[in-house]
Amino acid sequence: MLNYLWAFMIILGTAVGIVTGNIEPVSNSIISSAKEAVTLCISMLGVMSLWMGVMQVAKACGIIESLTRLLRPIIRLLFPDIPKDHIANEYIASNIIANVLGLGWAATPIGLKAMKELAKLNNNSETASCDMCTFLIINISSLQLIPVNVIAFRSEYGSINPAEILGAGLVATMISTIAGVLFSIIARRLSNNSKV
Amino acid sequence: MSFKERYGSRMSFLLYISNYIVPFILFYIIGYGLLSKVAVFHEFTEGAKDGFKVVMGIMPTIIGLMVAVGVLRASTSLDILASLLKPVTDLLRFPSELLPLVTIKSLSSSAANSLLIDIFKEHGPDSYLGRLSSIIMSCTETIFYTMSVYFVTAEVKKTRYTLHGAIFATIVGVIASTILTNLIFY
Repeated sequence: MLNYLWAFMIILGTAVGIVTGNIEPVSNSIISSAKEAVTLCISMLGVMSLWMGVMQVAKACGIIESLTRLLRPIIRLLFPDIPKDHIANEYIASNIIANVLGLGWAATPIGLKAMKELAKLNNNSETASCDMCTFLIINISSLQLIPVNVIAFRSEYGSINPAEILGAGLVATMISTIAGVLFSIIARRLSNNSKV
Repeated sequence: MSFKERYGSRMSFLLYISNYIVPFILFYIIGYGLLSKVAVFHEFTEGAKDGFKVVMGIMPTIIGLMVAVGVLRASTSLDILASLLKPVTDLLRFPSELLPLVTIKSLSSSAANSLLIDIFKEHGPDSYLGRLSSIIMSCTETIFYTMSVYFVTAEVKKTRYTLHGAIFATIVGVIASTILTNLIFY
């Protein structure tokens, strides 16, 4: 995806710069942006390492495990086609918790395992099962409790209170997730009805 | 009484809560860790090491994308794009500067991050656009990237209603962000 997107951005930007006579600022910004990216990464190191450190403590004292267990009944409700003690339940719960806690790189591998199990339950069909649709819609509706990188960027660019958007962000995330869940439930009903 | 007058002051408690979220999480996790006799500081430093790995891992991506967004900004492409989109976004009562951000976010998270930083630089993180874009970024996810990675793994070709649901949830999130920003901050 980034392959085309990145090339498109550079080529479009340079072409527009030539046409509008802004090639000097373009040239300057290429050099200064590269430098700025490194400065940004250095300041991100602080917030990122802090968050990862705290999450390591949460893992060590079993908070992440108990959160995953708390999620079980909700998973049963949202994914009625998965057998009760199937490992897919476990994977989906871990994926959701990792997403909520902003551990995106940990979430994806578990999520892919969940997807493989769902594919087996779906007899490896080429058509997605309702459970797969629900799983992805919930994932894409965004579950993250704290957008760690947004906070880091806000602080780097001089916000007086970088955390002030957390409350609103939390409510907006919940609303979008509820919308995704409702959509999945209704779509599942409709598709089950049309099968009968 | 307008919607804003009726709910604006009640919603401002979200602003108050915001200041508690990060300290509360630290307090809870460290406190719980102490009670369960975990070597909290040792675990913290172990985990923090991974923070370095994560940031170093994404650094090449950030450099590449910040240069690309820098080129778009300096060439005035972003301004041209925003003015082209203005008639449509005015109709939706949504700032035209943020439409590229929402669109790119559905393709790539890191490209969207670079655009977010550009908005912070141009308008400031505490401006209306800065706040709204921060909230939008916290309630949306990449649609096409996530779908392609997950469905390729499951070898699924017909994705049925997944895309509709994902776009629906994203649009609801963007609308909620806009309403919340107006209610809380203005």
